Amino acid sequence: MLNSLGREIPEYIEGIGKLEPFQGALTKLSKGWMDEPTIPAPNKAYLPHQSKLCNSLEEAILRSNPHNGMTVSFHHHLRNGDILLVQTLTILHNMGIRDITLASSSLNECHDPILPYLKDGTITRIYSSGIRSQLGHAVALGVLDIPVVIHSHGGRVRSIHTGKIQIDLTVIAASAADCEGNATGSHGKSAFGSIGYAVIDARYAKQVIVVTDNLVNFPCIPLSISQNFVDQVVVVDSIGDASKIATGTTRITNSPMDLRIAKLAADVIENSGFFEPGFAFQVGAGGASLAVAKFIREKMKTKGIKGSFMLGGITSYCVDMLNDGLFETIFDVQSFDATVSNSLLNNRRHIEIPAALYANPFNCGCITNKIDVVVLGALEIDVDFNVNVITGSEGKVRGASGGHSDTASGAKLTVVVCPSFRGRIPIIKKRVHTIVTPGETIHVLVTERGICVNPAFPELEENLKRAGLNIKDIHDLEIEVDKITGIPAPLEYTDKIVGIVEYRDGTIIDVIHQLKEK
Amino acid sequence: MWAQVNQQLLTMKPKIAAQSGTFESSDVIFLIEPLPENSGRKLEMSSTVMQQFGENFKRIIVEMLDQYNMTDIHLIAKDKGALEPTIKARLETAIKRSLDEQEGTLK
Amino acid sequence: MIQQGGVYGADSILLDLEDAVALNQKDAARILVRNMINVIDFYDSEVCVRVNHLSTPFGLSDLEAIVPLQPSAIRYPKTESAEEVAELLQIIEKIEDRHGLPHSKMTLHAMIETAMGVQNVFDIASKFDRVDAITIGGQDLTADMNIVYTPDGAGIDFARKRIVMAAKASHIDVIDTVFPDVNDEEGLRKETEYAKKIGFTGKAVINPRQIEIIHDVFTPTEEEIRKAYRIVKEFRANSAAGIGVFAIDGKMIDAPIVTRAEYILKLANVTVG
Repeated sequence: MLNSLGREIPEYIEGIGKLEPFQGALTKLSKGWMDEPTIPAPNKAYLPHQSKLCNSLEEAILRSNPHNGMTVSFHHHLRNGDILLVQTLTILHNMGIRDITLASSSLNECHDPILPYLKDGTITRIYSSGIRSQLGHAVALGVLDIPVVIHSHGGRVRSIHTGKIQIDLTVIAASAADCEGNATGSHGKSAFGSIGYAVIDARYAKQVIVVTDNLVNFPCIPLSISQNFVDQVVVVDSIGDASKIATGTTRITNSPMDLRIAKLAADVIENSGFFEPGFAFQVGAGGASLAVAKFIREKMKTKGIKGSFMLGGITSYCVDMLNDGLFETIFDVQSFDATVSNSLLNNRRHIEIPAALYANPFNCGCITNKIDVVVLGALEIDVDFNVNVITGSEGKVRGASGGHSDTASGAKLTVVVCPSFRGRIPIIKKRVHTIVTPGETIHVLVTERGICVNPAFPELEENLKRAGLNIKDIHDLEIEVDKITGIPAPLEYTDKIVGIVEYRDGTIIDVIHQLKEK
Repeated sequence: MWAQVNQQLLTMKPKIAAQSGTFESSDVIFLIEPLPENSGRKLEMSSTVMQQFGENFKRIIVEMLDQYNMTDIHLIAKDKGALEPTIKARLETAIKRSLDEQEGTLK
Repeated sequence: MIQQGGVYGADSILLDLEDAVALNQKDAARILVRNMINVIDFYDSEVCVRVNHLSTPFGLSDLEAIVPLQPSAIRYPKTESAEEVAELLQIIEKIEDRHGLPHSKMTLHAMIETAMGVQNVFDIASKFDRVDAITIGGQDLTADMNIVYTPDGAGIDFARKRIVMAAKASHIDVIDTVFPDVNDEEGLRKETEYAKKIGFTGKAVINPRQIEIIHDVFTPTEEEIRKAYRIVKEFRANSAAGIGVFAIDGKMIDAPIVTRAEYILKLANVTVG
């Protein structure tokens, strides 16, 4: 069946179930409730003064009723410094557990060591916001029989509420925890800041293990994860490589190209009509989409504009702007460096939020609903403004849906920043390989060769043209880029589906076909 | 006999080993070596965008080798996503260097 | 990277065959630049090519390859005398003749980088219609003078001013040397403000990140534009009524002030309606 963007979606997939095709960004939401029923959280009881402490991760896992076909979940706040996911799966594998569903909020290069488990049937299903590196490449080549499910951050919460993802065991890394399992990421030698992605797992998993390398005296403050959800606590020497988790501060890029694009994007924002006192702002964590903050900061100072809050994906640059008095509040679902963790710990206006409050559309309004301006990247974008952030132009799975479609759907102004081509590969295409974020939620594309406004927003285009910005028709820009790079030969795929991409409301916006590698 | 000599007069062979280009992204390296008589053309091509532009890459190389009538040549090409004018420039440079015919430079 | 040159909003892009290119790569650079000029779109930026000096084994080949492509201008390094320029133009014109090209389209930017060049700069700047800009090469000049480059530019200050004067007397553009420290934005701004103050009409850039600051310094402010608009408008009204000298806000407005106001409007691309 075709979804509303013209992508072919199967009606049913073995191992996943019935699929609902995407029918527009706000179609399901405008009903006012979610059709799918939610499942209850686990039913537990605990006697007073019990010990939850385990001597080792292995012991804790043994006690957590491991069984074939179980679903194991993790958060990805440790980024490329994580070691627990690999450790846990190795332990399960060595126990002889098979047919595992892996539900990590995202997957990084540091998780490549589990590739053999995808090949030998230890892991048979994956739910994730992103897959990269060797895992991503293997997935694209069809290493699993059942397609992986790519979801947004908000969508993951929804999936857990509805039982689409039924977590048997969650292993929550924490940089500080007490003997009862109160846990946080905001301090400790391996501090990583917000632990927002793990909150839903703690609530719904049948078994919750908190793992820390820093056992503190009861109580561990703040109670980012609270003890009433935690079954077991394990103390280890290290939860990960601190240098890869969160170092120092995040620098604004020096790349002239990224800075150029960022400057143009800031000009767009300034003249969009949304750069007003009290505006709410979200930027990315690096490259051009972070550099925009530098130019917006200057403009805010020059024009004397104070914003309301920043959201994300928070880097030290955002903290600087908070401390400058340019914004009143930061809502932090993921912290990218040590300065951010510190600010989260010490500044009451730097607020840790769980993924549900951040981006789940099925509640009384997540915070992405209140964003005015968001700046996002793209691996590819097409002439209908659909964005791909999951598959590269060579067909490899190497990105993440993340908060992309969540924030784009809420923002009054969604700005996509990217170069018009990278190396010899065009980024602006007639049709992207994989749609993650639908064009109807994208307002402007900013490249170094021109700015393209979604024709659905003529007033915005007028504002920008009047400000003298270099506005081009996206079709013209696409042709211009083709002339520069030449037209790439199309990739070859088989009929086998290796991944399905969920929109945040649970409908399927696209599928990923198996890549034919030569 | 007459046709054979004619053919030999028309084709060009590299006189010396030559190289052009850099390993930088968006650039391409060409290495040329002469081969013994009647070896034809031995082409080894690799590219970071082989999937998308391999055909185009090969076509440019073959066309320019034809244009200069090159034979008995071993050509290694390592591309990192160079655009067409860059590929052509680097190849022309390597060919001219291999023919010991480059002007206006130090060797 | 040449292929991205046009996206930064520079007024002019310099493609360099001279000092940026190693001696055994001159052929490669020449062929690459030749290919790129033909094909790459540089949008609103003018394209300029710096060739090697005719006294080198490379200069003539550069001209043979580049002149037929007719970039906006050719930049000639280490220009020391009007005789040199005459010789250069002769060669350029011969090449243009061979290709059936006019002698009037492509212009010449002379680089003054030696003490002798500084001494002869007025001749260089004034004698030839095709020379429409001179630039100062600070690094080479300090080397030629056998002094050390200092951030305050003291050693080349006389040269700067002499070059500017020659340019003004010849009614052509004059471009200041590059500011080498890419990370020192304050220093760049200061040096650019000084250059503007003493009469330079532009500044050379070593990294695209420098463009915005230089544009900021050289671009008239809104206030300046408004004032200039008013001056030119009232001047025209008064002229039409036969009045030569008039006052705005108690200040006398005479011819030189009007000329300066017209220049500001021209820079800002504003016409008086």
